[in-house]
Amino acid sequence: MISLLSYPFIQNAFLAGTCIAIVAAVTGYFLLLRGLTFAGHALPNIGFAGAAGAVLLGLDPLFGLLAFTIGAAIGIGLLGRNLRERDLAIGILMTFALALGLLFLSLYSGYAERVYSILFGTILGISRLDVLLSFGVSLLILVSILLLFRPLLFSSYDPEVAEARGVPVRLLAVAFLVLVALTIAIAVQIVGALLVFTLLVGPAATAGRLALRPGAVILLAIALGLLYTWLGILLAVLSGTIPVSFFIAFLSFIVYLPVRLIAPRWQRRPQQPGLLPAAGAGLSQQASAR
Amino acid sequence: MSTKHDQRLSPPGAAPQASSLGGRGQEASPISEPVIELEGVSVCLGGRTILQEVTFTINPGEFIAVLGPNGAGKSTLLKVLLGLIRPSAGTVRLFGQAPRRGNRLIGYAPQHRTLEGALSLRARDLVGFGLDGHRWGPGWFPAGGRRRQAIIEAALAEVDALALADMPVAHLSGGEQQRLLIAQALLSQPRLLLLDEPLSNLDLSHEQEIIALIARLCRTHGMTVLLVSHDVNPLLPVIDRVLYLARGHAAIGKPEQVITSATLSALYGAPVEVVEALGRLFVVGVDI
Ligand SMILES: Nc1ncnc2c1ncn2[C@@H]1O[C@H](COP(=O)(O)OP(=O)(O)OP(=O)(O)O)[C@@H](O)[C@H]1O
Ligand SMILES: [Mg+2]
Repeated sequence: MISLLSYPFIQNAFLAGTCIAIVAAVTGYFLLLRGLTFAGHALPNIGFAGAAGAVLLGLDPLFGLLAFTIGAAIGIGLLGRNLRERDLAIGILMTFALALGLLFLSLYSGYAERVYSILFGTILGISRLDVLLSFGVSLLILVSILLLFRPLLFSSYDPEVAEARGVPVRLLAVAFLVLVALTIAIAVQIVGALLVFTLLVGPAATAGRLALRPGAVILLAIALGLLYTWLGILLAVLSGTIPVSFFIAFLSFIVYLPVRLIAPRWQRRPQQPGLLPAAGAGLSQQASAR
Repeated sequence: MSTKHDQRLSPPGAAPQASSLGGRGQEASPISEPVIELEGVSVCLGGRTILQEVTFTINPGEFIAVLGPNGAGKSTLLKVLLGLIRPSAGTVRLFGQAPRRGNRLIGYAPQHRTLEGALSLRARDLVGFGLDGHRWGPGWFPAGGRRRQAIIEAALAEVDALALADMPVAHLSGGEQQRLLIAQALLSQPRLLLLDEPLSNLDLSHEQEIIALIARLCRTHGMTVLLVSHDVNPLLPVIDRVLYLARGHAAIGKPEQVITSATLSALYGAPVEVVEALGRLFVVGVDI
């Protein structure tokens, strides 16, 4: 196994995977918080259509992916807050993009291996350049989120008050989704468009059931994301043929399941102290108020 | 960062300092100048006229109850003052200036809808948004700061929610969440407090407590308060005037002038009877 790790392409997969796991966990936390999980599912699918289009035009699929995800991210960010209406619009947009992707694929006569790897991801052929690119983009995303942190959190929980307090809520929504689009663009190379969602939402969903404060949830989500990614890559290398996205999704599921079933016990509200005296005080106050 | 906190709620036990509120607020509003001036303000939303040529003035330190039936435009009026909705006609002045978002002189607690989320936040984190939620950067570096936590706890104690400080917000009842939102609005020591139905989910003892708290802030700190409510009775001992909205029109004045059969019938454009019984006022004849 140690000898496997000495292969440069496996090292590259680990390095890129580490960057991706961290940013996916952080952006995934805010996706959950903002009720945007469906957007997190739709964006990579929309990106796939862009990638297929780029392949058809003979361009690097990454460009098509970026163009489509960022375009859709801005559109979704501008859609507004009404959850049901927004998800409906996202669904229609996503199916339209998938239809386009299908059209591009059927028009493309060449060997569709690049499209296949966009869909399912690969740990082969990740170059040093890809690693550097992943690292740079991840750093950009993390620094941006750190800068936006408080207003983003505030407007995720209570957009109305945040807006009244001068937080540019609309702009933040768009900026955040563009960061999600960038996260997806770098994650797709390893985990693939179909299963990026696992890495975005899985760690944050599990961490959210275990920790209470935003900071703790984010750190735990990062730890889980790294665990799934490292183990996933290792298992994929050992198995030889099974894609890494399968292992990541599988690990994410088997950790989430027991947490989901057991965690409510930790989050039950503690007994409130002094309930009786407070009620008594209330009664006497009412009497005097009349 | 600490200098920014100096003006805010004193930690428990510290003597209330009326003078600490002077500073910035005084420059913006000399004591004679009204806090809120509306002149011929109309608001249209989705093609409907919600407020029509509304004119009134509110002076510093006044405690105003905003009354009116569902859909009368009470929440809309507060959003106009916050700069969230732009009137289609007329002028609005707050502290002598046009309304704008992010005005630090205003504290706001919106009409309640239950806060929930897949991922939880503790009560103290929610209240803390009132202090620095709008600032850029992560802000958790010097561990949130003991001073920051003391300010938050003082605000929680004011609304009798100190025991809830570390609970996940999603697990709190509607009334408990409402008290947190009031604490959040008070945190920046605003000069004008806009509360949209803050009493709607409260039990009687907390209702009395919150009214007493707001009345105290109003009297001792000279804070101006607009409080939206559907029942004027618990507020009668403490308010200065009522602002009654109906059918897009507004009537303002002392409760005994406005909550009368004649004034309300004119406002509603339909016969309305105000009945006094058991020391309480009841408006009969329309849906209030
Ligand atoms: N964004 C909007 N677009 C169109 N109409 C709106 C909008 N917001 C509010 N309205 C309408 O404006 C009217 C006034 O709403 P508002 O929320 O101000 O009423 P309210 O007096 O606060 O009522 P309630 O007692 O139910 O809280 C309502 O009829 C509502 O349907
Ligand atoms: Mg309302």
